[in-house]
Amino acid sequence: MYESSVQHTQTHGRGSAGGVVAHGLGKRYGDLWALRDLDLTVAPGSVLGLLGHNGAGKTTAIRILTTLSSPSTGHASVAGFDVVTQAAAVRRRIGVAAQQATVDGLLTGRHNLEMVGRLHGLARSAARARADELLAELDLGDAAGRLVKTYSGGMRRRLDLAATLVARPSVLFLDEPSTGLDPQSRGDLWGMLRGLVSEGTTIILTTQYLEEADRLADDIVVLDHGRVAAQGTPAELKARIGSDRIDIRLALANDATRAAELLYLLAGGTTSFDPETRLLILSPKEQVRLIDVVRALDAGGIEAVDLNRREVTLDDVFLTLTTPKHEREDVFA
Amino acid sequence: MNTAFAAEAINNEVQHGRVSTIWSEAIVYAGRNLAHIRQIPEKLLDVTAQPLMFVLLFAYVFGGAISVPGGNYREYLIGGILVQSLSFGMMGPGVAIASDLTEGVIDRFRSLPASRSAYLLGHYLAEIAGLCVAIVVLLGAGLAVGWRAHAGVGEFVVALLLLITFATTMIWIGTFVGLSVRSPEAVQGLAFVVVFPITFLSNAFVPVNTMPSVLQTFAAWNPISVIVAATRHLFGNPVAPITTHSWPLEHPVVAGFGYCALLLAIMVPLTLRRYRIRTTD
Repeated sequence: MYESSVQHTQTHGRGSAGGVVAHGLGKRYGDLWALRDLDLTVAPGSVLGLLGHNGAGKTTAIRILTTLSSPSTGHASVAGFDVVTQAAAVRRRIGVAAQQATVDGLLTGRHNLEMVGRLHGLARSAARARADELLAELDLGDAAGRLVKTYSGGMRRRLDLAATLVARPSVLFLDEPSTGLDPQSRGDLWGMLRGLVSEGTTIILTTQYLEEADRLADDIVVLDHGRVAAQGTPAELKARIGSDRIDIRLALANDATRAAELLYLLAGGTTSFDPETRLLILSPKEQVRLIDVVRALDAGGIEAVDLNRREVTLDDVFLTLTTPKHEREDVFA
Repeated sequence: MNTAFAAEAINNEVQHGRVSTIWSEAIVYAGRNLAHIRQIPEKLLDVTAQPLMFVLLFAYVFGGAISVPGGNYREYLIGGILVQSLSFGMMGPGVAIASDLTEGVIDRFRSLPASRSAYLLGHYLAEIAGLCVAIVVLLGAGLAVGWRAHAGVGEFVVALLLLITFATTMIWIGTFVGLSVRSPEAVQGLAFVVVFPITFLSNAFVPVNTMPSVLQTFAAWNPISVIVAATRHLFGNPVAPITTHSWPLEHPVVAGFGYCALLLAIMVPLTLRRYRIRTTD
């Protein structure tokens, strides 16, 4: 519990020793492991994206790292302090934006931020000044004196983000920060997070959107049912997963095997087929033109009802990462 | 600005955990509750308008039908209404804390470096301030309908002390309830099913010896009766004689403080334990 003054000076400066390290982190509720064997190393001033569906363990990981939940196994340190034994020191250096905005609806926007500032130990005047600064920065200046319950969903989220920034945290945790934001606000949020990173803030964010992780994160950890399914830079993951998919809805399910063969000859890569929806998904190894796909199918006498090229989604990531390679290739055997 | 901020933050680090720090954090939390009351003044109705209604109802509607041996019913009434109103003081912290837990605001507080006990202390300070307002309002209403304190200043101060100790006890009970229920609405339900009958099965509104004998025994040992009797005694108001033997009712002031101490000795550790359970996982 004791902290030497040397540690303060080393860790207080933003960016210095502001990273996150976790070893074998796990959390069990009864018989269910919400999170298992999570290893992380997040360098100061970098962004880690935790990618996964609902229930994948993202929020559990965030709650442990922010001292809100205690790990069943393993240990972790944030900004150089252990999340269990030095929780108070960790709390002084982090900002947390939970999935649901945790602002008080019966207070004004300004009062919410002032309260957080004062609970961080700021004097009344300093808390007030910091609140006004953040309200202006997050475009909430006009609504500062209004009750938060009258705010729109997007305004609430921005206020919640402001509350996490009050004490200029060296590590910022954001649980699905862009949920409920319109594309414009999402873009603004991303711009703001990049600004914070350029000033040395470390960020861990969770998301269900591949695009968000790709745009913001230096490293991505893909979680599936509490376990790490894949880990790497966006470029590394893209190399494994590919960047686009072609959806082909066949007229006859019986054509699937032949269509898969033709497409393999054309583009390489892998295909998967769902007999129920007759949807054949091609994950091309090389760039392929849609018109060539049409020609190949036509030449093979295969009728396609619908054809569509799209970006990779989280579902594709899991389909690619969690299904063993041989199974994918043997689908039509 | 940046450097000044960093210096202040480090300064705060040194002070963290000190009593003065916990106190100022509690004031910040209490300020939040008072802001809630400014936004929803109806919250104060429980402790102001409702007791006033009881004063008028019993002074002018039921009072005529109730006779108190050796005194004026309106003088008898005020002690009862004070204690009954303070009993319902458990609803305030119960509803407030249950709301914080269901709305997730508590997670924001838990991720801040402020002391965890400051949160409970803040709720306490705000609630006790509200109940002190209730005491003043009721004494004012009492004066208006003809109540007077006849004993000395010393007794009057002890009466106020007892009422504040009792209010404190009820706030802790309410805090426990707030930490135990699943929704804020459940607090109100519980208050009406439990607190309401307990306050009426006492000497708060009618002399105990008018009740059937089983109820007389219950009422004679009921902490509410004891604290009501102590208040009346200390105000120099009529205390109706009882036929049932009851040590607490025969020594109301000592027993009143004793009941509060006993309840606090049980509720405070239970509540702190409950708080730890609800805020860790």
